[in-house]
Amino acid sequence: MTSAPSKLYADDVSLLVVTLDTNPFFWTTFPFHFSEFLSQVLAFLNSILLLGQLNQLVVIATGCNSCGYIYDSTSNRNHASTNGTMPALYSNLLHNLEEFLARDQKLTMPHAPVTVPSSLLSGSLSMALCYIQRAFRSGPMHPQPRILCLQGSTDGPEQYVAIMNAIFSAQRSSVPVDSCYIGSNNSAFLQQASYITGGIYYRPPQMDGLFQYLSTVFATDLHSRAFLRLPKSLGVDFRASCFCHKQTIDMGYVCSVCLSIFCEHHDKCSTSLYLARLNQMLPQQTTGKERLHNVSGLITLILSCPSRELICYVS
Amino acid sequence: MNNIAGRPLNGVVVEDDDEDEANGDGLEAWERAYTEDRSWESLQEDESGLLRPIDTTAIHHAQYRRRLRALAATAATARIQKGLIRYMYIVVDLSKAASERDFRPSRMAVIAKQVEAFIREFFDQNPLSHVGLVTTKDGVAQSLTDLGGSPESHIKALMGKLECSGDASLQNALDLVHDNLNQIPSYGHREVLILYSALSTCDPGDLMETIQKCKKSKIRCSVIGLAAEMFICKHLCQETGGTYSVALDESHFKELILEHAPPPPAIAEYATANLIKMGFPQRAAEGSVAICTCHEEAKTGGGYTCPRCKVRVCELPTECRICGLTLISSPHLARSYHHLFPIVPFVEISPSSQNDPSHNFPNICFGCQESLLSHGNKPELSVSCPKCKQQFCLDCDIYIHESLHNCPGCESFRHSKSVTIA
Ligand SMILES: [Zn+2]
Ligand SMILES: [Zn+2]
Ligand SMILES: [Zn+2]
Ligand SMILES: [Zn+2]
Repeated sequence: MTSAPSKLYADDVSLLVVTLDTNPFFWTTFPFHFSEFLSQVLAFLNSILLLGQLNQLVVIATGCNSCGYIYDSTSNRNHASTNGTMPALYSNLLHNLEEFLARDQKLTMPHAPVTVPSSLLSGSLSMALCYIQRAFRSGPMHPQPRILCLQGSTDGPEQYVAIMNAIFSAQRSSVPVDSCYIGSNNSAFLQQASYITGGIYYRPPQMDGLFQYLSTVFATDLHSRAFLRLPKSLGVDFRASCFCHKQTIDMGYVCSVCLSIFCEHHDKCSTSLYLARLNQMLPQQTTGKERLHNVSGLITLILSCPSRELICYVS
Repeated sequence: MNNIAGRPLNGVVVEDDDEDEANGDGLEAWERAYTEDRSWESLQEDESGLLRPIDTTAIHHAQYRRRLRALAATAATARIQKGLIRYMYIVVDLSKAASERDFRPSRMAVIAKQVEAFIREFFDQNPLSHVGLVTTKDGVAQSLTDLGGSPESHIKALMGKLECSGDASLQNALDLVHDNLNQIPSYGHREVLILYSALSTCDPGDLMETIQKCKKSKIRCSVIGLAAEMFICKHLCQETGGTYSVALDESHFKELILEHAPPPPAIAEYATANLIKMGFPQRAAEGSVAICTCHEEAKTGGGYTCPRCKVRVCELPTECRICGLTLISSPHLARSYHHLFPIVPFVEISPSSQNDPSHNFPNICFGCQESLLSHGNKPELSVSCPKCKQQFCLDCDIYIHESLHNCPGCESFRHSKSVTIA
């Protein structure tokens, strides 16, 4: 919405930051195997680097307990180790990915979750944006950044606020967020992310041809996109869910203080009242750490208030 | 991909090199100086009387400190009492005094430029709020735009009316604003921001009465002066609970005006929690054709449909022209949620404690992967999040608190809380 400060892009050089969903709970339930998925994605990533020798590529793994950088084409370490049989990209990325998966697994909660947990998309998006800010700082000539989310897990409602914050920040610095969603139902988070930031949202109808979809839709740099007919958005659902019954509503009541949404008229907003009570209840010492900091945790805490059903979730 | 070192594209290399060498890329130093806007202002004298460019880290630190102050202030007040639906009139003084050239190129031009930036920032931070513009010159006040939610229309109206003459009238401006703000619903937060160049006011009656009238209507009046402090402005701000400040130069003025963009801590009696009826229209599929009510012409492509009367509007947020329902999309609401859940300031890690092996900092910024070691392998100043203990560089720190509003470290680790409560 706001016009970003004019940036002197090197007009055909891209910085692509990919977030890769490695959530084991998703991949074990998904018919397509992770290794097949990875081989197609790796070919695509390699093609990005081959499209222009100045192109930069960063890969961030989105795990279910943590997120981490697994590949950075500008890092010196990545240039050295070519073992002749595989491009450096493959060996480095696979090595780091293995380490990441092992670390991520160690963090898993001892009690197995009942439902498939979402992956930490809010974390990898935040990291990607920090990385892109660094590229902006690097001088007047910097590559055109964009983010590509390769996501399969379902949306985690508890990440809603954090993901929206990341989307708005991306919009402010004019970084498009592309999303390739391979899960069974559309992801409302990614649909909104791509719509708001001017990226492309696409759900490949067939997993076998994933490489084809990736290279025709997502490999084009921002300059070339103006000349191509890329998939159009099929409408974005901006309707809200009420906090009280989690129903999707097209008309409702919004609290003027905390902006909670309700489907019927109440005299007082229960979220505001609950927040006020929370403020009084918690001792002052915990203000900084426990209460204010943890955005998504707090939302869960707040919204699990009176009716215990109040998850702020937009479908 | 091996040979990019040394090219300006590579961020790491540029920062490590001497700037003159790395950023050159075909331009001489003096040429570059002119391509950047008003570069002569960013010079300072060093001990030996030579002119040197100002060290930008000083500016960064100033911003950082300002942000910390603001955060401390918000933490002190109750978090939930934020007047998130604001109705603000911006009064622009276009009297003769606004043509003074002590600001370059003139006070009026500086005001126009900063008001534009302010309006955009204001709607970014207060998506449900409304702004109106009032100008005062020739001893009268004139309403330039009505209260509305579209930044573009305000900016266009202001840019078309940039002429100054005569005297400013504080009373006429306040009377006009008072009459307009009295009609808004009670949940709204009434504010006036006066950008005052003149050192006098030309009033038809008793200004004190008008001030009391504004106080009674709970209109928060703030003034930013461009000349010198005036008693009457100070009195007005004190009476109505606003802030009064006088700008020293353009960058100070910018700082002062942007301080009004985040929602003010609402005093409990000012903002009452109210439930407002709103509509959440869906975006139509690309390629559908409909006649919109805002432009009154047939349009192809995505528009929004009022859920009550089914007419098409082009932009959100807006008020339905037919049934008057406030129309917003849920992302517009989410834009404000970060005010309700701010992230805590990060704590500074002094370079000495970084050497301490017991802390064991990786010396890489968790957000952007930038090395936090300077040339001599000595740790630079960095910060860490008190919650997740991750280390960040100062640039990321500023970005995280001023734009992102997420801590990448906290978001990257599943916290036990969300599991145990749900
Ligand atoms: Zn409900
Ligand atoms: Zn309507
Ligand atoms: Zn950083
Ligand atoms: Zn943190």
